Amino acid sequence: MPDLKDIAFLGISAFTLASAAGVAFSRKVLYSAFSLLGTLAGAAGLFILLSSDFIAVTQILIYVGGILILIVFAVMLTNKIGDVKLTNQVVNYKAAVPLAAAVAIFLVSTLTSGVWVEKDAPYASMVVPIGNALLKEYLLPFEIVSIVLLGALVGSMVIVRREVK
Amino acid sequence: MITLNSYLAVTAILFALGLYNVMTRKNAVGLLMGVELILNAASINFVAFSHFNGNHVGGNVFSLFLIVLAAAEAAVALAIVVSLYKQYGTINADEADSLKG
Repeated sequence: MPDLKDIAFLGISAFTLASAAGVAFSRKVLYSAFSLLGTLAGAAGLFILLSSDFIAVTQILIYVGGILILIVFAVMLTNKIGDVKLTNQVVNYKAAVPLAAAVAIFLVSTLTSGVWVEKDAPYASMVVPIGNALLKEYLLPFEIVSIVLLGALVGSMVIVRREVK
Repeated sequence: MITLNSYLAVTAILFALGLYNVMTRKNAVGLLMGVELILNAASINFVAFSHFNGNHVGGNVFSLFLIVLAAAEAAVALAIVVSLYKQYGTINADEADSLKG
C-alpha cells in the first residue's frame, strides 16, 4: 500500500513531464506556451512536496504570473493571429533525438546509481529560515540580484523603445 | 518509497526535454521555453538536494535567485525578440544572420 505522498509525487511528476513533452513536441508556439503553464505549475507542486512552500509560491507568482504572461505576449506580438502555417518548426530532428535521448539515459542511470546520504527531512515551513538567510549570509547576493533586475528592466526598455531623433 | 533518486530521475528527463527543445526549435520564443524547462529542472534539483539534506536553506535560496534571474533573462530576451521582429519581420533564429555567423 503506497502512502499518499508517493501517489502525489507520481501524479505530479507525470503531469509535469507530460506537459513538458507538450512544450517540446507541440507544433504551434502558442500551444507550447500553454503547456509550459502545466510544467511550471507541476514544478511548484514538486516544490511543495519537497517542503519548500516559499519557493513554490514564488514559482507561481514569478513564473506563471510574470514570465509566462511575457511569453504569451511575445507570441501574440510576433505572429499573425490566424496564420495557419506551422509557427514552431522543428529542425535538426535527426541529430537532436538521439542526443537528447542519450543525455536522458546517461543522466538517469548515473544519478540513480549513486547512493546519496540522506538525512531525515521533516516537513516544516521554510519562510523564516529563508528570510533569515537572505538578510544574513546571503545579503550581498541579494543586493546584487536587485541591481541585476534594475539593469534588466532598464535594458529591456531601451531595446524595444522607438528611436528618438 | 520516494527518495532523492526519484526526483533526480524526473528532473533528468525534464532537462533532456528542454535540451531537445533548444536543439530543434527555429522560433526564438520556442527556444526560450526550452531554456525555461532546463532552468526549472536545475531549480527542482537544488531544492531536492537541500530537502534531503535535512531541509538545508542553501538550496532554497539558490533556487530563489535562479527564479529571479530567469525572470530578468526572460524580460531581456523577449525585448530582443520583439525588436528582432520589428527589424526583420520574422523571429526565426536562423534568418537573423546579418552577422554571418
